[in-house]
Amino acid sequence: MKTAVTSRPAYDVRKVREDFPILKTRVRGKPLVYLDNAATTQKPRVVIDAVRTYYESMNANIHRGVHYLSELGTQAYENARLKVARFLNAADPREIVFTRGATEAINLVARSFVAPALRAGDEILITALEHHSNIVPWQILRDEKEAVLRVAPVDDRGDVILEELEKLLSSRTKILSVAHVSNALGTVNPVKAMVDLARRRGVPVLVDGAQAVPHLKVDVRDLGCDFYCFSGHKLYGPTGVGALYGRAERLEAMPPYQGGGDMILSVSFEKTVYNKIPYKFEAGTPNIEGVIGLAPAIDYLGGLGLDAVGAHEHRLLEAATEALGQVKGLRIIGTAREKSAVISFVLDGVHPHDVGTILDQEGIAIRTGHHCAQPLMDRFGVPATARASFALYNTKEEVDTLVDGLRKVSEVFGT
Amino acid sequence: MSDLSDLYQEMILDHYKAPRNFGALPEANRVAHGDNPLCGDKVAVTVKVDGDRIRDIRFKGAGCAISTASASLMTETVKGKTRQEAQELFEKFHKMVTGGGNGGDDLGKLEVFSGVSEFPVRVKCASLAWHTLKAALEGSKETVSTE
Repeated sequence: MKTAVTSRPAYDVRKVREDFPILKTRVRGKPLVYLDNAATTQKPRVVIDAVRTYYESMNANIHRGVHYLSELGTQAYENARLKVARFLNAADPREIVFTRGATEAINLVARSFVAPALRAGDEILITALEHHSNIVPWQILRDEKEAVLRVAPVDDRGDVILEELEKLLSSRTKILSVAHVSNALGTVNPVKAMVDLARRRGVPVLVDGAQAVPHLKVDVRDLGCDFYCFSGHKLYGPTGVGALYGRAERLEAMPPYQGGGDMILSVSFEKTVYNKIPYKFEAGTPNIEGVIGLAPAIDYLGGLGLDAVGAHEHRLLEAATEALGQVKGLRIIGTAREKSAVISFVLDGVHPHDVGTILDQEGIAIRTGHHCAQPLMDRFGVPATARASFALYNTKEEVDTLVDGLRKVSEVFGT
Repeated sequence: MSDLSDLYQEMILDHYKAPRNFGALPEANRVAHGDNPLCGDKVAVTVKVDGDRIRDIRFKGAGCAISTASASLMTETVKGKTRQEAQELFEKFHKMVTGGGNGGDDLGKLEVFSGVSEFPVRVKCASLAWHTLKAALEGSKETVSTE
């Protein structure tokens, strides 16, 4: 007797692509091949429509109004918060603060959580593969408070050396701030293990999930981190919006980040009482359209299933890694044990900038430069790399087009 | 529609692979640095100025094909010219690469960069060496950037 096999429907990338209007664009007479998703992602129609619908039928300032539109807008905004909480598996929506993005979230933690207790000689620990947004805020603090910035090294493959990270956790470490996934190398950090190492020593942890949430399931309670952040625009959502998850007890103990309206309960010139969390950290009228557009982005991803999306992207990564490995003179930078669908590479005798221009002529969008990770580029001895990063709407054919484009580069440069 | 061959002409590729006047100039009396960190182009221009004339000029650095070739062709063109002539060449060159040239200016070999105006993103690469030269001749100490 045959057992019925329920097979999961195959990932239909053609159908997915139809949801993204911009993918029909032609660039320089050729179809757009958008491989710059680590920089920002394209938006599905449901997100674009949600933003338009908000302005067409719900627009009003939120939280303070007593009228109908304000109630609609507030509900939509708070529903989005609930959605983000579930997306990250936070215990409570009060633990979700909306920010402009991951960069602002990191600055918030630096200012409101770390700075108040930071003394001269105290330590901040990050890794060598961080994005500037997870370096500079700490440098600013370091210089202000005469603290020490420690950096856990990465090996030649692009993996953080855990033993070294452990050694750097000291009795004076006030925070470990680490990327979940490296935007420049694609390395997926073993953040759960890192959080464990830190927590055992009483060190709080901030995880920068900007490059992680579009590609893998994140459970902040399972991770055990104190803070987790991401940016909406990398998650198929609008720009100017992001979220910071913070454990309730942390957020409650922290002073505000920005002062203004909404983050207060009462104001007089003598005394102002701050609002409860998360509102304490949401001063002023927020990017309402952004938050409202973020909800359908999360739903869209959920509809496809992060497992299916991750598997699709992984197939693309494998195909691209193999194909690029055959290109003469091409060296892939970042060959960590576990990677997300990002490939950084250099081509002998050709500057990444020239690679980018030639690929652009073929309709291919990649990123060239230091990817806001200059220290990491220095570590790998390159001034810049070319980076192709894949998303849920990219195809195997696009990988082939990229390889053809690289062949053209070699032709032009006679390499 | 602009063609790649408008930008990556043979002469440019030649000067990229084998840049002229590349290296140190021990007897230099003017030096300036240029850096476009967002692209990854760096150049250092060293000049031996004798009275009003550019006796010798070299450059060092690392960057894309456009910035390297531009530096190479620049040094070839300005060697032996007066500072005034070099300044005029800079202005004509800049006009050409930003699409303001009228084709009538005799820029000789430098005309190979006329295609850059079709690729606005690369204008800064082509002009980095020239801005750096200007800074060297003016005795400016600040690192130049065209970003």
